[in-house]
Amino acid sequence: MGMNTDVGGGTATREAPASLSRKDFVSDQEVRWCPGCGDYAILAQVQRVMPTLGIPRENIVFISGIGCSSRFPYYMNTYGFHSIHGRAATLATGLKCARPELSVWVVTGDGDGLSIGGNHLIHALRRNVDLKILLFNNRIYGLTKGQYSPTSEFGKKTKSTPLGSIDYPINPVQVALAAEATFVARSFDRDLNHLAHIVERAAAHKGSAFVEIYQNCNIFNDHAFEHFTEKDVRDDRTVYLEHGKPLVFGRGGDKGIRLRGLHPEVVALGDGGSTEELLVHDERARDASLAYLLSHLDYPEYPIPLGVFRAIQRPTLETMMQTQVDQAVQKGGPRDLDALLRGRETWTVDA
Amino acid sequence: MTTDIRSGAVAGKPREALDAVTIRFAGDSGDGMQLTGTQFTSTSAVVGNDIATLPDFPAEIRAPAGSLPGVSGFQLHFSSRDIRTPGDEPDVLVAMNPAALKVNIGDLLEGGMVIVDTDAFTKGNLAKAGYDHNPLDSGELSRYRVFPVNLTTLNANALAETTLSKKERDRCRNLFALGLLYWLFDRPMEKTVRWIQDKFGKRPEVADANLRALRAGFNYADTVELFTTHYTVDRARLEPGTYRSITGNEATALGFIAAAHRAGKTLFYGSYPITPASDILHELSMHKEFGVKTFQAEDEIAAMGSAIGAAFGGAIALTGTSGPGLALKSEAIGLAVMTELPVVIVDVQRGGPSTGLPTKTEQADLLQAFFGRNGECPVPVVAPATPADCFSMALEAVRIATTYMTPVLYLSDGYLANGTEPWRFPTTESLPDLRVEHWTRAEGFMPYLRDQRTLARPWALPGTPGLEHRIGGLEKADITGNVCYDPDNHHHMVSLRAEKVARVAESLPPLEVFGPPTGRVLVVGWGGTHGAITSAVERLREEGLSVSSVHLRYLNPFQKELGEVLGGFDKVLVPEINLGQLRFLLRARYLVDALGYNRVRGKPLKIHELAGHIRSLV
Repeated sequence: MGMNTDVGGGTATREAPASLSRKDFVSDQEVRWCPGCGDYAILAQVQRVMPTLGIPRENIVFISGIGCSSRFPYYMNTYGFHSIHGRAATLATGLKCARPELSVWVVTGDGDGLSIGGNHLIHALRRNVDLKILLFNNRIYGLTKGQYSPTSEFGKKTKSTPLGSIDYPINPVQVALAAEATFVARSFDRDLNHLAHIVERAAAHKGSAFVEIYQNCNIFNDHAFEHFTEKDVRDDRTVYLEHGKPLVFGRGGDKGIRLRGLHPEVVALGDGGSTEELLVHDERARDASLAYLLSHLDYPEYPIPLGVFRAIQRPTLETMMQTQVDQAVQKGGPRDLDALLRGRETWTVDA
Repeated sequence: MTTDIRSGAVAGKPREALDAVTIRFAGDSGDGMQLTGTQFTSTSAVVGNDIATLPDFPAEIRAPAGSLPGVSGFQLHFSSRDIRTPGDEPDVLVAMNPAALKVNIGDLLEGGMVIVDTDAFTKGNLAKAGYDHNPLDSGELSRYRVFPVNLTTLNANALAETTLSKKERDRCRNLFALGLLYWLFDRPMEKTVRWIQDKFGKRPEVADANLRALRAGFNYADTVELFTTHYTVDRARLEPGTYRSITGNEATALGFIAAAHRAGKTLFYGSYPITPASDILHELSMHKEFGVKTFQAEDEIAAMGSAIGAAFGGAIALTGTSGPGLALKSEAIGLAVMTELPVVIVDVQRGGPSTGLPTKTEQADLLQAFFGRNGECPVPVVAPATPADCFSMALEAVRIATTYMTPVLYLSDGYLANGTEPWRFPTTESLPDLRVEHWTRAEGFMPYLRDQRTLARPWALPGTPGLEHRIGGLEKADITGNVCYDPDNHHHMVSLRAEKVARVAESLPPLEVFGPPTGRVLVVGWGGTHGAITSAVERLREEGLSVSSVHLRYLNPFQKELGEVLGGFDKVLVPEINLGQLRFLLRARYLVDALGYNRVRGKPLKIHELAGHIRSLV
């Protein structure tokens, strides 16, 4: 039975058991989210994407903290760990360091990941641990029944802010960019194909991948994103970021975004504006300035950007850690525990 | 010092043999006293003395020069006999300035030697130390043998030909003092010479200056009439074998490397810097060739979380901290209890509460280790008794963790961590086999199945086909491990987790009693007080008194024999560097009317004080 867990090098095994399907990723646990919760759509898309990644199911681990979103691992038929509030990234980091060949996913929320666990999120991202972090942002505390969260709008009235919130909200994408995350993206629970695409992109990224997913909580914060996610307004109020392409949005692509100095402005196309002067998205820029600028775009002044803000390559923590170990082994020769215990200086006491 | 150093005064510089000597080096925290003490210690170890040390430094890295809070000390006890403590009272005090004299003189044995740098006794330094006069002239040191040496000047003269600045020259004063002490106690200088050459290899002019200072100190003592005798301390009659010297923190690090090696696994150490545990992180990070992975986390909670993640992945997972960090890790330790994963948490205790006395020793985290978590949250607790014992208990902690699938708390303390003693190190093959069998069969697998003997659940690792399962902090249904809120299941699981920890007792070695198994007084200790307690008890037994002792290295569960042993004595005394935490546990568990001896001063217990107290009980 014994198996060697001493990790050698480590990239995920990519020999896909082609036979896997969405169903193979559905666990036998009854899903207990409220009917109508946006989490269902996210779960379905993740289960849809998993069999396409070419990763053996046993090499996939989902780790979460506490909150509605954090029940996610129970519903995935992979390895899973429902940890404690805010700390999922810490467990994921330890696991990935110990077992670099595993595909490790973190599921968190706006309270779990940005309030109690904000510190861990920042540090996991800046270290570029090869984790896929899905942050479900519903702008409310759901599991504790309706208090405002770090992403709730200023002035929001909730159970704990009857006179309106006096906290300024935090922007998850900006946090990730400030932490120098190598992959930063945003999607939402109402555009299933886009969501699936972003999850695939995150999975393919080598390094920390941070995905903010706008998710509707229909019990405590219903309609939070409707003003731009409803189909009839979506084209005019969102802009899909695509690498190397100009920022065009609006029904029939009738609007664009250009820069005037450091200020973005919306221009109508075909009416004095041409796509040539529009801002062209570059997700691979080493410098995160453009991504940061885009992260400021918000409705109603601007359309809300969706898609990949940033995707750059940089060595990952667990790879560099493994390299240091491998090099030390190479340099130090075979592990001689006796020599280590003996140390540098000894003396002998005769009988 | 058992032979009288006070007699002195023999012409012609004869050698006089002593059994044991305790020296305390004291100076500013920038004076290099820790280094001087460490060098003297290594040299004494290599010449074959038994040794025990007590580094005693302030929390401030560089308090204002010459001030009382800036005084750093290093006490060393070296002997031709078997010794167990760094000595109650120094025989020799080396004071590099007035503040060092003022802070330490009260501890010196009456008639002991005081070697002072008279150059440092300036008006300014005297004032900083709170003296309105010069104690060297006032007669207040008449109970001691004072050796005034104009050390700064002598050192500067010796280095006159070097290219170093005055400041750099003065920084070699400690080597001058060390050379002087080497002459006085008849030690060879080779080891320190090699060390200097090694350390300053890239700066030959600095190496040269330090060597000159060392030799000048030696030659000075040899030449001047001030020092009439030098003293020898013979090799100790230790058990035959090959020895090295080791600190508790080094032994802890090596113990966990050895444990992982014997388990055939990667050692993962997630830790956040904290005094006095940081040296474990430093030591482990130097041994990557053993597959050791060290991770300096963003905080204490992350360190614990990362260790849990690594344990889930199948590594020998470890985190290390001190009391304040243990408090922060509490919730995550509860998660490891609930998910039944093998993680070892090292707590190198220091003075508390809160930030407390960060660089001083204490034993006041015992109840935190037992009870400092929400819910019914039992965790096995082990505690090494001596610096070298840190090695053995590290292996034990890993054995218990992986055999019983449980987090284990390992309670070291500041005294053990920084203290040095000779270690008759074992060979690899004599170490226990800690290999682990992981569950790999898909058929019949349930995450919370139980081994009938140990009650451990299977350690099923990600990457194993067919064993995909989910664990977490919510209460688990027995066997399946599914989330379960059933009242009876909860009662059952709470009881099961307690029973599992209780069963660890089945695997423990029998409790050894030092002395007869019955009698008048039993002294019960744990942790770093082993040396003081054993020495005190030995002394009293030599006086013919009916005193025995037991030293508990396993605190949760206790060894099975403990109840019976306690019942064999009229009185039970529990000396601790806290207000009676083990005593509280013993009284609760065994309904024994245990008495306390409690001194919470940030310092080890003193043998003679403890012996006096025990004597009064007999």
